[in-house]
Amino acid sequence: MKFKDFDMPHADVAWCPGCGNFSILRSLKKALAELEILPENLVFVSGIGQAGKLPHYIRGNVFNGLHGRSLSPATGIKAVNPELTVIDVSGDGCMYGEGGNHFMHTIRRNPNITNLVHNNMVYGLTKGQASPTSQKNFNTPLQVEGVFLEPFNPLGVAIALDASFVARAYSEDRKQTIEIFKSAIKHKGYALVDIFQPCVTFNRVNTKNWFREHTYYLEDDHDPLDRSMAFNRAIETGEYPLGVFYMNPNKKTFEENLNVYSDKKTPLFQRKIDTDQIKALIDSNR
Amino acid sequence: MTFLSKKNNISVVLCGEAGQGIQTVETILVQALKRTGYHIFSTKEYMSRVRGGYNSTQIRVSSHRVSSYVKRIDILLVLSSGAIKHLEDRISEDTFIIGDPEHFKSIKESNTQEFQHKYHQEVTKQYNFLEIPLIQTAQEMGGLIFANVIVAGILSCILNIPKEIFNRLIHDIFARKGDEILQKDLNAGKAGYDLGRELRDSESGKIQLSLSVNSKIKDELLINGTDAVGFGCLAGNCRFMASYPMTPSTPLQGFLAAHANDFELIYEQAEDEIAAINMAVGASYAGARSIVATSGSGFALMEEGVGLAGMIETPVVIYIGQRPGPAVGLPTRTSQEDLNLALYSGTGEFPRIIFAPGKLEDAFTLTQKAFNLAEKYQIPVFILSDQYFADCYYNIPSLLVDDIQNENYLIKTTPEYKRYMITHDGITPRGIPGYGEGLVVVDSDEHDEEGHLTEDLLIRKQMVDKRLKKIEHIKNDVIPPDLEGPNDYKNLVIGWGSTYWTIIEALENIRKTYPDYKISFLHFKQIYPFHRSVSGYLEKADNVIIFENNAQGQMANLIKLETGFEIQEKVLKYDGMPFSVEEVEENLKTFMGIGNGDMGML
Repeated sequence: MKFKDFDMPHADVAWCPGCGNFSILRSLKKALAELEILPENLVFVSGIGQAGKLPHYIRGNVFNGLHGRSLSPATGIKAVNPELTVIDVSGDGCMYGEGGNHFMHTIRRNPNITNLVHNNMVYGLTKGQASPTSQKNFNTPLQVEGVFLEPFNPLGVAIALDASFVARAYSEDRKQTIEIFKSAIKHKGYALVDIFQPCVTFNRVNTKNWFREHTYYLEDDHDPLDRSMAFNRAIETGEYPLGVFYMNPNKKTFEENLNVYSDKKTPLFQRKIDTDQIKALIDSNR
Repeated sequence: MTFLSKKNNISVVLCGEAGQGIQTVETILVQALKRTGYHIFSTKEYMSRVRGGYNSTQIRVSSHRVSSYVKRIDILLVLSSGAIKHLEDRISEDTFIIGDPEHFKSIKESNTQEFQHKYHQEVTKQYNFLEIPLIQTAQEMGGLIFANVIVAGILSCILNIPKEIFNRLIHDIFARKGDEILQKDLNAGKAGYDLGRELRDSESGKIQLSLSVNSKIKDELLINGTDAVGFGCLAGNCRFMASYPMTPSTPLQGFLAAHANDFELIYEQAEDEIAAINMAVGASYAGARSIVATSGSGFALMEEGVGLAGMIETPVVIYIGQRPGPAVGLPTRTSQEDLNLALYSGTGEFPRIIFAPGKLEDAFTLTQKAFNLAEKYQIPVFILSDQYFADCYYNIPSLLVDDIQNENYLIKTTPEYKRYMITHDGITPRGIPGYGEGLVVVDSDEHDEEGHLTEDLLIRKQMVDKRLKKIEHIKNDVIPPDLEGPNDYKNLVIGWGSTYWTIIEALENIRKTYPDYKISFLHFKQIYPFHRSVSGYLEKADNVIIFENNAQGQMANLIKLETGFEIQEKVLKYDGMPFSVEEVEENLKTFMGIGNGDMGML
């Protein structure tokens, strides 16, 4: 398959020129083409925000739902039809702010889905307010004295909850990002990819140059199966590591834990009721 | 003193603290009574706590069908000291109160001192205590924990339940706890039986029953409102429930969780109600018929998700077990307060259907229908239940399982598929991801025919029209209200949802004395949209009265909004308890200007 198989030529793209989202979209198309996943079998689930619009710009099925809630429909979709590849696309505000509770509990639930979180450390669509990952002293029209809340550490939280796959990418490093996306999509279980990206309009602090200067890739000998080490790397500040921090390949997925698939694999929409079975159950109350 | 033998139905109430095993007694007795051949009805009221407080269960035993709550207590079995105070306003001089002398002590004292001083002569009640050595017998049997089975034995004897039936049930319930415990429970049951016999004999026939039995009842169904809705879910091909525990909807969650394996469905306890409805809508988008179960405050959290279902035209069934609010309110009590919440939930404008069953048979049929109508019109469909309806049991002959039909409304998509293609009736055939070659795009933003986000104001208007156009077609599927009574009525009683049988029984009682009185009862099991016949029913009546378990007459207000008809007489009860037959009867007599209905508007 080719990159172009995922193009949406008539889409009216609402992103600013130079936005990191363009790079993420390109890398995602490339990763999916290389993995040979057909658009008909793909479902992109998103919430609200500039990242949440991505599903409209790529060929696939789309569930663009409510702000902060994308992981819940993603879980429901995968649960009733495990044959679908489900990719949740969200932003730092949607996922870590509005959807924080679902973020934690979806990790615990471990559905076999990929969770891409565009992290530009600022609110874009609502025009420049602080996000949960905004760094301290970041000034905005609402945080007029600068942010004083501790930035949310998604990787630390995910590893603490023993998420089955935890990675961080940087949007402008396309080659590495494609590989991280591929690993995340192929991974069996919940896979978080937090993606650093510049916001060219509202974040004049964490710019392209800033990310270049403040990121580096985990060493080749980093062992992603070592959870304590992964956690230590996730809480590094100042310079931020990129790459696959942690993997737990031994966890059962949510769908594997569901008895509906123990005997047969058919998606639930194909199953029919057995009137006699219902009658027998009702009659047991006689 | 009324002899029980003169009655053709008996109201037995058990009262004690949470944790004393009243539930077990209820389970044993209702089954035993049914197997004996009596008609039965049971309802419980309880406090929101795990231990202590006062819980009571009413079991009506009858020669004819009984399906509603009565205030009257003929036999009261008390398991703790505060029980009599708790039920004070339901105890009369005709109530036989059975219990340990220890449990009567405090009330006997207060009856002589407090009541005499405070209220002088009139209020002092002649309690009809029947003392039994319950505590002592329980201790002999192995501890106070056996008091509940002893009580079950006493009542079984008084209610003429054959010993084999009783022992069989003790066996069914306690066998899994091992031989030793089973034997102790069998002994406790026998001790209770013996106590019951002594009581019966010593009271010279006063508590002798002469209810007739009918062997056919043995084979009837004994289910509660929750079960009926649960069977309806299975019959409606429900495949997914995500919910968060909240009384009184938790039993329905338990029902589907318990049957998930056998009936190939998923139950997931979500982290909150917001996740629950979003999961359900997601599952439905992918083709699985889905439901959420919740109560008032939990549903308030789901509201945004209701709007999502409306906007993306994705079916979902929403079961609301109503309880008194606002906010946490009275967690374990009953109400009909969330009609407005269901009716107006979600932002913007989109169609919906609301059902409120009043009979077990309807709860089954309407729930099954809810799944099909949600699919047909791609909308949220509500089932309004309440604590009273969800928890009450009675025997019915059967459920109409053979009549059910599940229509398939899903299509296999083609490459040019458009999820929101404009059609003549506003309904676009629904595709799902992974079934066909097309793409299924849904968006909570306003969207174009393909489902992609748009801010084109012309398309916006077309899409609103498309969604609302479905209302006209939904009206063809509206279930008319049931009219009970003569067609040429002068007075009309209105009720909705769980008050059905209570109003029916009250009217039957009145008709015994006033057979020619032209009064009928119009019961709504579909709350929204209204059936076109409603106005006609209302206009025909000289006087109309409505009964509702809320403080503002939400249904009366909706009737005014929909038909312009203003109901003058509203009987509104919002103390958390269901209407009793007596209460409805008194209010109806006042309304009809007959008898000495002196209770006024409650």
